[in-house]
Amino acid sequence: MSDLWQLFLLSAFVDNMPLTLFLGLCTFLALSKKLEAAIGLGVAMIGVMGLTVPLNHLIYTALLAPGAWSWAGLPDLDMSYLALIAFIGVIAAVVQVLEMLLDRYAPAIHAAFGVFLPLLTVQCAILAGSLFMVERHYSLAQSAVFGLGSGTGFAVAVAMLAAIRTRLAYADLPAGLRGLGMAFVLTGLMSLGFSAFAQMAAAQ
Amino acid sequence: MTELHSRTGVWHTLTSPLVHQNPVILQILGICSALAVTTSMATALTMSAALTVVLTLAAGLVSIIRGHIPETIRLIVQIVIVASLVIVIDQILQAFFAELSRALSVYVGLITTNCLVLGRTEAFARHNPPLPAMIDAFGNGLGYSLVLIVIGSLRELLGRGELLGFAVLPLADAGGWFTPLSLMLLAPSAFFLLGLLVWAVRTILIEQSEPEEHAPPPRQEVTR
Repeated sequence: MSDLWQLFLLSAFVDNMPLTLFLGLCTFLALSKKLEAAIGLGVAMIGVMGLTVPLNHLIYTALLAPGAWSWAGLPDLDMSYLALIAFIGVIAAVVQVLEMLLDRYAPAIHAAFGVFLPLLTVQCAILAGSLFMVERHYSLAQSAVFGLGSGTGFAVAVAMLAAIRTRLAYADLPAGLRGLGMAFVLTGLMSLGFSAFAQMAAAQ
Repeated sequence: MTELHSRTGVWHTLTSPLVHQNPVILQILGICSALAVTTSMATALTMSAALTVVLTLAAGLVSIIRGHIPETIRLIVQIVIVASLVIVIDQILQAFFAELSRALSVYVGLITTNCLVLGRTEAFARHNPPLPAMIDAFGNGLGYSLVLIVIGSLRELLGRGELLGFAVLPLADAGGWFTPLSLMLLAPSAFFLLGLLVWAVRTILIEQSEPEEHAPPPRQEVTR
């Protein structure tokens, strides 16, 4: 239990998706101008990552991993090179189903997140979650915790950046630095702060 | 259309993404991989080459079948095309450049969801014949590569005193004068460098800077 909690903290803060691994930066920067939008994106990220990583784990171990077909007399069959297509298909399907379910049963939530859900299909952080799960050989429980943790880390980071950027809207910046330039510098400063978590993890 | 005219058209499509329409700096596309692989020149160059190849081929393929893709499922079709190309590139890298492939980790696979690839196929290749589409894609690939090479060379030079693995600045440990800045090899420096690069480009090309979100209220004239 404590191992899983540690993995959750590790994936949320130490290996923070946008700030230390540079993943999902396009949406991270594009949707962090308003705090409400950022929180909506963060919640959607937690849901989609918490679902797709364990789902992809099941598909990978049952169908694609080397030796997964040994019960059918094909112990040498290795289809792991198909993982990329399978993962992106699962992510697209989950996003689509989630959108339809929300639209049908919770239209209020759908109206709040609706714009961001389809965008998540091409979010690198979500695909990366599944790829890291394969690379690091997580178990099913670990991959579920890892997905939730990474999503939480993304949500926290994007909400923080949005809060800072709303404040900075009133600042008198040089023309060239306005908008994207300043967002990068801010992200760099936040990334510097988050690297303290890596020190704490290393010290343990 | 005269030969000269079409040639300048091609030249314009090819060169405008280098600085004026740079995909990373202006269009905010493909930033994730641009930052993650720039700790050294070698990985930056490999990533640039891989992305340019995938982008050009994907744009060509999407453009060839553009008349046959139904509007509703076009995203899925495009992603499948891109993913198949990425798998081929990944296998080639693993087979012939095993060490680089390990250094790039999952980031080669992530070309699939690189917004630059999908952005260009969606915005340009879907409406244009194969040749212009491929030229546009190649130009955007070069613009992306340019940013990667600038940031990669700065980070390797200041972080290790090397370029492409060759010592350029004599290190203090080995009797020279240069003390490597280890911050340059960590994540934050990539953000700072890209932020400064955006600032520099937008100071020179002032028309690219973003409008102010809140104009300060006009100062009241003091009347007596």
